[in-house]
Amino acid sequence: MTIDIHKVRKDFPILEELIHGKPLVYFDNAATTQKPRQVIDKLTEYYYKYNSNIHRGVHYLSNKSTDGNENARIIVQNFIHAKHSHEIIFTSGATESINLVANSFGEKFIFEGDEVIVSELEHHSNIVPWQLICERKNAVLKVLPFNDRGELMIEKLDGLITERTKIIAVNHISNSLGTINPIRKIIEIAHAKNVRVLIDAAQSVQHKTIDVQDLDVDFLVFSGHKIYGPTGIGVLYGKEELLNQMPPWKGGGEMIAEVSFEKTTYNELPFKFEAGTPNYIDAIGLGAAIEYVESIGMVNIDSHEHELLEYATEKLLTINGLRIYGTAKEKTSVISFLVKGIHFYDMGMLLDQMGIAVRTGTHCTEPVMQHFGIDGTVRASFSFYNTKEEIDVLYNGIVKVCKMFAVK
Amino acid sequence: MTINEIQEDIIEEFAGFEDWMDKYAYLIELGTDLSGLDAKHQTESNLIKGCQSKVWFNASLENGLVKLQADSDAIIVKGIAALLIRVFNNQTPQDIMNADLKFIDEIGLKQHLSPTRSNGLVSMVKQIKMYGIAFNHVSK
Repeated sequence: MTIDIHKVRKDFPILEELIHGKPLVYFDNAATTQKPRQVIDKLTEYYYKYNSNIHRGVHYLSNKSTDGNENARIIVQNFIHAKHSHEIIFTSGATESINLVANSFGEKFIFEGDEVIVSELEHHSNIVPWQLICERKNAVLKVLPFNDRGELMIEKLDGLITERTKIIAVNHISNSLGTINPIRKIIEIAHAKNVRVLIDAAQSVQHKTIDVQDLDVDFLVFSGHKIYGPTGIGVLYGKEELLNQMPPWKGGGEMIAEVSFEKTTYNELPFKFEAGTPNYIDAIGLGAAIEYVESIGMVNIDSHEHELLEYATEKLLTINGLRIYGTAKEKTSVISFLVKGIHFYDMGMLLDQMGIAVRTGTHCTEPVMQHFGIDGTVRASFSFYNTKEEIDVLYNGIVKVCKMFAVK
Repeated sequence: MTINEIQEDIIEEFAGFEDWMDKYAYLIELGTDLSGLDAKHQTESNLIKGCQSKVWFNASLENGLVKLQADSDAIIVKGIAALLIRVFNNQTPQDIMNADLKFIDEIGLKQHLSPTRSNGLVSMVKQIKMYGIAFNHVSK
């Protein structure tokens, strides 16, 4: 089965918008994806008909919202094939999920002289939380480098791990280069030395099938808004035995069992890590987004996006002076590029005038830019609702910008 | 010419452009032609580092008039900087202090000066005003 692109595009109302009088070409999907009606309608339906604070309510609406929230948890559980639904913690996004692990796991397991390993390819949100905990605990942050194609130098990982290494945190797919990292191999190497692994799947759950049990990963995080769901909702998956050992990170309602001024005891998983009124409506929206993605089929999504990547790569490389950063063998539909003599800001601004949305700058991966000795790139990232015709619009747009700069 | 007269001139010039391409081609031309900053002024302390582009900016007071220089790694940003210099260069500190910057909005370049677009231009405008206030104080 292939994707019925006309039908799919009708699911996304925003794709019909005109930008500066021109049809929107949305190529900023790695920053956030657009939302299908199925998600928007679900959010509206809950606000219109079922809104009520969840858990511990005795009335009809509260039960209805609670059921929606817990059903969403089960949808996420099945989506990433977790063993238990209570291994799914709802957070505000991948960033908060990483901060939760860095703080809670870090509090319990990281001590002076211990080591944390991240990669040179990480988003700032998978660097800074670890720097903060390392600073607090006098631990050491080590970095696994990547080669000039943007591939992690996995052969160096074993040598980086010592008996003091507590956790390795790497992304599955690089947000700025599109590299797909060999996470299965990383987890194998780490586990052989009893080191825990956190996978940042913010850029992969929307492109690849993930099975946390098969991977045997310890923690996995992602954001709802990058997988066609609402903003402000995200997921932390953690193995039950680990989450049970970890202390709560935030205190408040819902996360407690009993409270007195002498001693407070904590609730069970997953509620121990969900202090305060949770973002239940967006959790329900995330559930709807995952169901939508599953109805399209991950295999179909992957093959359509791969086709777009190959078409765009070949086409853009015919432009004189255009260089693509990130040329890994295993790549998703992200193209980071620069045209010689044209600043990324200028390129982005002029493409915007033509209705084309790309992202420019460092993409929150300054170390990656430093590796290549550049200040930033223009990044076009494709989704299954994009078309080859839209890539032609991008190609023509870049050519037009080049001409504007040539006649100066 | 006064600050307002120069602004009116610029607004009139831009009114003549038929589409966005002409407008941006002109900004590219302005950016390319702006002489930029002497090497001795391209210092860390003159650098306004946005996460999108960099702006170098220098101001001095000569014979009671403010002299401005600017540079940027992005040509469109440099083009807009050239317009700002055209408006504020060789004006008195007091006129700069009291000036109402309106041409950017009127020629449809407001988006480049939104506080969230960290290209360095917003800080440049703020600094021009600050220098106006500071030099006004000095020249009293």
